[in-house]
Amino acid sequence: MSDSSEALATHELRHHFENMEQQRGASSMGMWVFLVTEIMFFGGMFMAYLAYRYEYFVAWQEGSQHMNFWIGTVNTAVLICSSLTMVLAVLAIQQGRRRLTSVMLAVTICFAMAFMVLKGMEYHEHWLAHEFPGSAFHFAGIDPRHVEMFFVLYFVMTGFHALHVLIGIGLVSTMLYMNERGHFSADYHNPIENTGLYWHFVDLIWIYLYPLLYLIGHHHVS
Amino acid sequence: MEKVISAKLYFTVWAALMCLTAATAALSYVNMGALSPVVALVIATVKGSLVVLFFMHAKYIDVKTTVLVIVAGFFWLTILLLMTMTDYITRAWS
Repeated sequence: MSDSSEALATHELRHHFENMEQQRGASSMGMWVFLVTEIMFFGGMFMAYLAYRYEYFVAWQEGSQHMNFWIGTVNTAVLICSSLTMVLAVLAIQQGRRRLTSVMLAVTICFAMAFMVLKGMEYHEHWLAHEFPGSAFHFAGIDPRHVEMFFVLYFVMTGFHALHVLIGIGLVSTMLYMNERGHFSADYHNPIENTGLYWHFVDLIWIYLYPLLYLIGHHHVS
Repeated sequence: MEKVISAKLYFTVWAALMCLTAATAALSYVNMGALSPVVALVIATVKGSLVVLFFMHAKYIDVKTTVLVIVAGFFWLTILLLMTMTDYITRAWS
């Protein structure tokens, strides 16, 4: 540890913690407690999806035929790549490589924006096809009422996920700004670590949304 | 101490996640009937576990209470999904 980083570490240690290690552990645990509330938040929606899929299986099969398989798949890959660059940003700051950290954070933001653009194109497609729930909703096949319900859950789940991606872009941008201002070092980088946890959580939600919405029953109606 | 993991491991996890995504996308073309959602969700769970364990560093957490928080979170999620579904599935049994 160099003299300057030691000084920074001492400066960044809040008075109610014994040492940097204890502060880091507490910070990480606090973030996980928040993420557990996020699991519960999305959990309710997954529960609704499951119960409706069980009750209206045919409508669910019908609805999933109208998902854009390729955009969904490419977006899954985009998010996985963004998770890699995010974790590399955390690794870079752990090693005190500020420049590399900024680059990795910037690449993460680019991937996140690519995800949002693709998601927007997909929403636009659904909108034009009258698949947005409401008075303009139109579905020619069987059980249109419950196919509409499928689309309600599709838009609510992916919509809240997209909101989290937007918040993620805001957080990662803030980390990039703070890193450029020299706030972080190998000894103190809890905010970057926690932003990473948030970002990977957003990826985790998508990892489940992808098969549930795009894959199950997409290519075949049983 | 904070565990610093090598970039090599992160790239390996990334490669595994990409391969599993390709696999689950390809398998969605195969009609396995009732097994299709099971296979898709098992792959998703493997991918999710990789993300939580390595990218989110859950495997390397040194504070036991944090591990308890994570396990409790997923445990309560299981209660939510499992208990509610046992209700829905058994309603028609009477």
